[in-house]
Amino acid sequence: MTTKDAAYTYTIRLGDDALILGHRLSELCSRGPILEEDLALTNVALDMIGRAQALLKYAADIEGKGKTDDDIAYRRAEINYYNHLLIEQPNADFAHTIARQLFVSVFEFLFYTELEKSRDETLAAIASKTIKEIKYHMQHAIDWTLRLGDGTSESHNRMQTAVNDLWMYTGELFEMDEVDAQLMRDGIAVDLIPIKAQWHNDIKTVLSKATLLIPEDTYMQTGSKKGIHTENLGHILSEMQYLQRAYPDAVW
Amino acid sequence: MVTVDLYPDEVYNLISEIPDPEIPVITIKDLGILRGVRVEDGVYTVTITPTYTACPAMGMISDQIKEILGSHGVTNVEVELTYKPAWTTDWLTQEAKLKLKKYGIAPPNHSSCSKLFSTAEIVSCPRCNSKHTSLISRFGSTACKALYKCDDCKETFDAFKCH
Repeated sequence: MTTKDAAYTYTIRLGDDALILGHRLSELCSRGPILEEDLALTNVALDMIGRAQALLKYAADIEGKGKTDDDIAYRRAEINYYNHLLIEQPNADFAHTIARQLFVSVFEFLFYTELEKSRDETLAAIASKTIKEIKYHMQHAIDWTLRLGDGTSESHNRMQTAVNDLWMYTGELFEMDEVDAQLMRDGIAVDLIPIKAQWHNDIKTVLSKATLLIPEDTYMQTGSKKGIHTENLGHILSEMQYLQRAYPDAVW
Repeated sequence: MVTVDLYPDEVYNLISEIPDPEIPVITIKDLGILRGVRVEDGVYTVTITPTYTACPAMGMISDQIKEILGSHGVTNVEVELTYKPAWTTDWLTQEAKLKLKKYGIAPPNHSSCSKLFSTAEIVSCPRCNSKHTSLISRFGSTACKALYKCDDCKETFDAFKCH
């Protein structure tokens, strides 16, 4: 694998996390439990879409075949998407939305803090831009985890159920393959081993404070690095890609 | 065809007064969005940076830059988006902060206040200057603002997040 091929795959993976989570969160537009929350979740969605645009544009540049960020976002089949399985999980109830946001934003905070030091200047610049936004996402998710976990028995139980349900998708966040290995040698990619330890530590602190139990490490789901997804991604794509599939090249 | 030769500084001045589409009392120069102008082989490249990654105003600002320069006969213009250095509210001029306050938006404190897990940041009410205010939501009507309420005059108001 050339560095160029590895860099393309690495950037697409990061871009897909942002793209799919942005779309997932946008489903909550006008459906937030309260107005402020509606604004908060759609603001996070917007940040994600902005990050996706920057990363997919960069991926298109690396590939050098004259594609646009939109081509990459809308014209791939499910097996060519590389977002983490956790990202595509449904919003379900508000507790599931918040548990997913907590796991993702704490991971992203640690990850992008390291990516800022990458020798790839474009990735480092995008990281330094996006890290400021992630701080807000993480603070928001932590606030709600504490409020729901240490709230009523109903909110506590729902939050615990959500944490338990999503736990099996968290192991995949720290998987590394030959793409990561090659780019780590070049000083481009982030080493996920120290991040895994720190993530567990941080999540444990938040969950304990929220009077929630940390799930035991069980079987962890895997597959997204090879484009193997849960049943949820296909449904997202059928909605997200509908217009470009039905009316190719349609513009505003 | 009319060829216009302008120094980059002159081009910069022509476009520096473009108002921000979402907060029209301040200009793109006040906000720190306009980063610079350079000329190379007769092509003027204007560099702008978004406040937030997904700032939806970038397209409009870019169109306005081309329109204004076009009206001065400068048509060979490219607008370039940069993420580095990342935009910070510390680039807002003192004058811009006063304009924001007058408009009813609490201006940002220094970005060093945006430390993680700190809720101690004091935001003054832009109407009555009271420091007794509380955060309603970290996310407001646009990406760059949060929603507060004043505990003295009871008004809700937007506050520019320090970033």
